[in-house]
Amino acid sequence: MTVWIAIGLTVVGCYAVKLAGLLVPAGALERPLVRRLAALLPVALLAALTAQQTFSTGSALVVDARAAGLAAAGLALLLRAPFLVVVAAAVVVTAGVRALGG
Amino acid sequence: MQETPEGVAEGRPRAAVVRDALGVGVAVGLSGFAFGVTAAGAGISTLQACVLSLLVFTGASQFALVGALAAGGNPFTAAAGAFFLGTRNAFYGLRLSQLLKLPRPVRPLAAHWVIDETTAVALAQPDRKSARLGFTVTGLTLYALWNLTTLLGALGAEAIGDTRAWGLDAAGPAVFLALLAPMLKTSTERAVAALALVLGLGFLPVLPAGVPVLIAALAAPVVLWMKGRRP
Repeated sequence: MTVWIAIGLTVVGCYAVKLAGLLVPAGALERPLVRRLAALLPVALLAALTAQQTFSTGSALVVDARAAGLAAAGLALLLRAPFLVVVAAAVVVTAGVRALGG
Repeated sequence: MQETPEGVAEGRPRAAVVRDALGVGVAVGLSGFAFGVTAAGAGISTLQACVLSLLVFTGASQFALVGALAAGGNPFTAAAGAFFLGTRNAFYGLRLSQLLKLPRPVRPLAAHWVIDETTAVALAQPDRKSARLGFTVTGLTLYALWNLTTLLGALGAEAIGDTRAWGLDAAGPAVFLALLAPMLKTSTERAVAALALVLGLGFLPVLPAGVPVLIAALAAPVVLWMKGRRP
């Protein structure tokens, strides 16, 4: 039930912001500060989520095979690899390190 | 994202627009598989994973929600994180509404496809016709494939067995990193990312699941405020 509540809220919230962008008259969201904040908010969230999902298990901080996988994804990004290759690099390297007992 | 160049009279050939759109749509659409597997690994049912892909359809928010629920977050903080990640789509919509000039009745439908990839393809086109074509083809391909591969991933997760052994728990963070990397253009963005990383990891052991990531979101206003104070 908890999961369905979270899903329901996310469905409504995410659709509302998408629609708002298309319906709101330009100008309402065009204030420079609002624009700056909206551009920076995803940066903060994505950075925090990347770090958390790489370096934690539950509420414990850990360094495991995922760190190597993320490093591989970072390298793939530096080499301008396509999206799927970036994700695949992370998955393959993480699996490889675990297979080697890391 | 680049501004569309002014003064281009001729549209791009339709084939070129469709090719770009298909490239993006297929590559990203296929990563719905990673979402399906991740969701199943997080204890989300196949039906729930499919509902998320059908009705939320913005990857970062979906991964964030599933990650927060897996970490034991309550539904409100989990949904809040997903919602804040989705707010960027409102700003994409603003740009797109001027560019595409969609008829009012179409907007509620088109809104569902307003995401990173459709915006990127539409904004890269030189004129309205190409932008509309790029948006539609990217949206259609990505939506179809994302939902199909979510289903396959969620069903396949059981067959795969231990998703950790296959390294699939690294797919979520890799997706976030791939979305984040092109945003780190200036020192402001990098400062926000660094502060958010410290806040997100620092508060993780001491606060309930889902809350640290919301605190990390404060990195955006804090860095803006500090920049504003600097002479």
